[in-house]
Amino acid sequence: MRKTYGFHGGIHPPENKHQSVRTPIADAGIPPELVIPLSQHIGTPAGVIVEIGEHVLKGQMIAEAQGFMSVPKHAPTSGTISAIEDRQIAHPSGHFAPCIVLTPDGRDEWIACSGRPDYESMDKLALIDLIRHAGIAGMGGAGFPSSVKLSVKPGTEIETLIINGTECEPYITADDVLMRERADQIIEGAKILRYIIGPRETLIGVEDNKPEGIAALRAATEGSGIEVVQFPTKYPSGGEKQLIEILTGKQVPSGGLPSQVGVVCQNIGSTVAIYQAVVHGRPLISRVTTVTGAAVREPQNFQALIGTPMRYLLEKAGYQPEKNRRLIMGGPMMGFTVPDIDVPIVKTTNCLLAPTEDELPTPPPAQACIRCGMCAEACPASLLPQQLFWFAQGKEFEKLEHHNLFDCIECGACSYVCPSNIPLVQYYRASKAEILQMRRDHEKAEASRIRFEARQHRLEQAEAEKEAKRAARKKAAEKRAQSAGADSGEDPIQAAIARAQAKKAAQHGAGGEQSELEMLEKAVVSAQKRLDTATAKLEEARSQNSDLVDALQTGVDKTRDKLAKAEQALTAYQQAQGEGGAAQSEPPADAAKAAIEKALAKRQAEASLSPAEKARADLAKLQQRLQKTEATLAQSRSNGDEEKVIEALESTVARLTGKISAAEQQLQQAEDA
Amino acid sequence: MIELLSQYPLFAALLALVGLAAVFGALLGYAAVRFKTEGNPIADEINNILPQTQCGQCGYPGCRPYAEAIANGEDINKCPPGGEAGIQALADLLDVEPLPLDSEHGEVAAVPSVAFIREAECIGCTKCIQACPVDAIVGAAKQMHTVISSECTGCDLCVEPCPVDCIDMIPQQETLQTWHWQLPDPVSRRVDIIATDTPQDDASRDRAA
Repeated sequence: MRKTYGFHGGIHPPENKHQSVRTPIADAGIPPELVIPLSQHIGTPAGVIVEIGEHVLKGQMIAEAQGFMSVPKHAPTSGTISAIEDRQIAHPSGHFAPCIVLTPDGRDEWIACSGRPDYESMDKLALIDLIRHAGIAGMGGAGFPSSVKLSVKPGTEIETLIINGTECEPYITADDVLMRERADQIIEGAKILRYIIGPRETLIGVEDNKPEGIAALRAATEGSGIEVVQFPTKYPSGGEKQLIEILTGKQVPSGGLPSQVGVVCQNIGSTVAIYQAVVHGRPLISRVTTVTGAAVREPQNFQALIGTPMRYLLEKAGYQPEKNRRLIMGGPMMGFTVPDIDVPIVKTTNCLLAPTEDELPTPPPAQACIRCGMCAEACPASLLPQQLFWFAQGKEFEKLEHHNLFDCIECGACSYVCPSNIPLVQYYRASKAEILQMRRDHEKAEASRIRFEARQHRLEQAEAEKEAKRAARKKAAEKRAQSAGADSGEDPIQAAIARAQAKKAAQHGAGGEQSELEMLEKAVVSAQKRLDTATAKLEEARSQNSDLVDALQTGVDKTRDKLAKAEQALTAYQQAQGEGGAAQSEPPADAAKAAIEKALAKRQAEASLSPAEKARADLAKLQQRLQKTEATLAQSRSNGDEEKVIEALESTVARLTGKISAAEQQLQQAEDA
Repeated sequence: MIELLSQYPLFAALLALVGLAAVFGALLGYAAVRFKTEGNPIADEINNILPQTQCGQCGYPGCRPYAEAIANGEDINKCPPGGEAGIQALADLLDVEPLPLDSEHGEVAAVPSVAFIREAECIGCTKCIQACPVDAIVGAAKQMHTVISSECTGCDLCVEPCPVDCIDMIPQQETLQTWHWQLPDPVSRRVDIIATDTPQDDASRDRAA
């Protein structure tokens, strides 16, 4: 007999297991409709791989695993996919979740599947993959993907493999009947697990309230090296950490995994599912579910297809809805009230409890905590439940964490013993959720902060780049200017100004008249030259009797005209030079400046004159202009200029005459004055 | 020298004290240079508490500037997304009295929301992209834009710049993943033991209060 250990706390609630073990496991059959939720396990929901209207065979994969923490779903029977939609599922929130709805065709036709009874020749990783593909998730209630549990980190030495047949919660007998009826399958499954993990010892832990099950297992383990360990009944010895302590005396560290103390645990139901998957190649499509409680006439265990509506199963057991106020999925300690009787059973549904009001009364209103300390005595995780309760009420999350709230397994022992009927576990669940939510929020805030800072950094960088480009352009411009300045020895603008001034000076400078004279002379010379060449060409054309003679003749005539004009201009200029004499010999330094000076001088002169003198000067000026205009008119007439010009000149003469008479009158007035 | 000191013990004591002061002063001076803290550690801690929505409702361009302002004496009650819990955390950190949320900076949203672009109406002007403080909007000029809802902080800074008004703030629905147990209803804890603890009595007491 192996030595067993104890664990702190624990309670002894009425077991109520005998009601549902009177009959063997019954086949629930095929319901008219199966609803398979995509998320029946802890982790990412599976991804649908079938379409509406598609015909599927029993055991065909209809949703595939998405990521590591996920398992696929399979069709529980053959039929047609009638819908893929959100349906209410067995969850305390009463939320809707994506489900595949299958309408069975009644033929229950299996897909071709082949088992691997020779699994010992298989690679261990391939075997784990096979288990994963069979969609097996922990069937004890939590739904942790079995393949993840079996993928022990390399280098971790597993000393003990524990098959959990404790089933400590009242009412539930699903594992008990499995032990009684399918002990050989359990042992085969345990052997597969033993092959995968390679532990030093393999134990099956069973509470001593299941003598038939223990006997059946003992008979089946004969000579296999697997030991069936019996220990006293106490709730919650089926908790993973509690069972490990009972069987090995080791405590799993806070926040740690069983593999840290060299232990791997698997549930009996999962072990049978693994046997089915490996040896027969059948995925997890059905499970044993206990239907019990005083509101069902024939409490019993069913082999039910995953996705069977709870109502269908309850009716098979003789459900009396009038007696039942709430339907509980799971046991009375850790189960939850299902929102609706039509929700489907899933891989973790080990029990449907339909109690009457007398059997499981509505908890009376909670009263004040009297600090009796009974909860601390009952806590299997050695926590201080009343302390946690105070902190939860005050939302002191930091203190809750310091008091190891996350080691709470939510077994409900504290609430069970509380004389004030305080729903302690609900406080812990809510606080845990709140803390997790805060962690998620903080993570999100952190991500936002990083994104914000990255954006800020990017904008600053862009601005800096722009600034740098601007600076580079400015620098380049300065450099160009410098290099240009270096060539001429001064600033380019100054140089340009200097050039312009030099040009102006050249035009109006000392040699201004000379250059004009030169230009005229040059024009005469070039015209002479052109005339010479043109005449030569004409001569040549004539000698050759070319067609071009006429054209050349006109060209020569034109050139001659031009020459004459140029000569005329030259003589006219020379004459003007002679006439201008001293006045024009004075070189105007700057035309504009000279004009301004002239105008100023004139104004000063005018200002110094008396009105009579001014009028006289005006008159004299006008008379001068009239004489000039008349001279021009006479010249134009003699030249035979255009009529327009002559007319214009005549009108000017008339206007000037008018002005002169006006000026004379003014002068008269001025003199009179 | 020794004789002088032994003759005037007061002078000796003074000399010793001045010497010690000089040594420790030098030590402190060195430490101040050697262990100089970069940035403002208080502002960092405040920034850790702020919700990082970068919404600017506090009047500062982002959470970090507001954190710095708080470190320099700004009021702690200007952050609606942080809510009362955020104000309480800031009050605890800074050891000041928690103030009620300043309503001129907005109300606490009952449920967090995310921006949603009605994509058929988007003209691809990129104005919302420029407004988004956390780069949670994808798109390019004359291409449809969309919000990465997991990165959206719900600050609604993108709503106003949109010229065609095609951005909605959608309150996030509770899903199976975000659902969690609530604390037990306090009503369930009401002690109904003595006759005066009847609900009617309770209601009248509430009215009186």
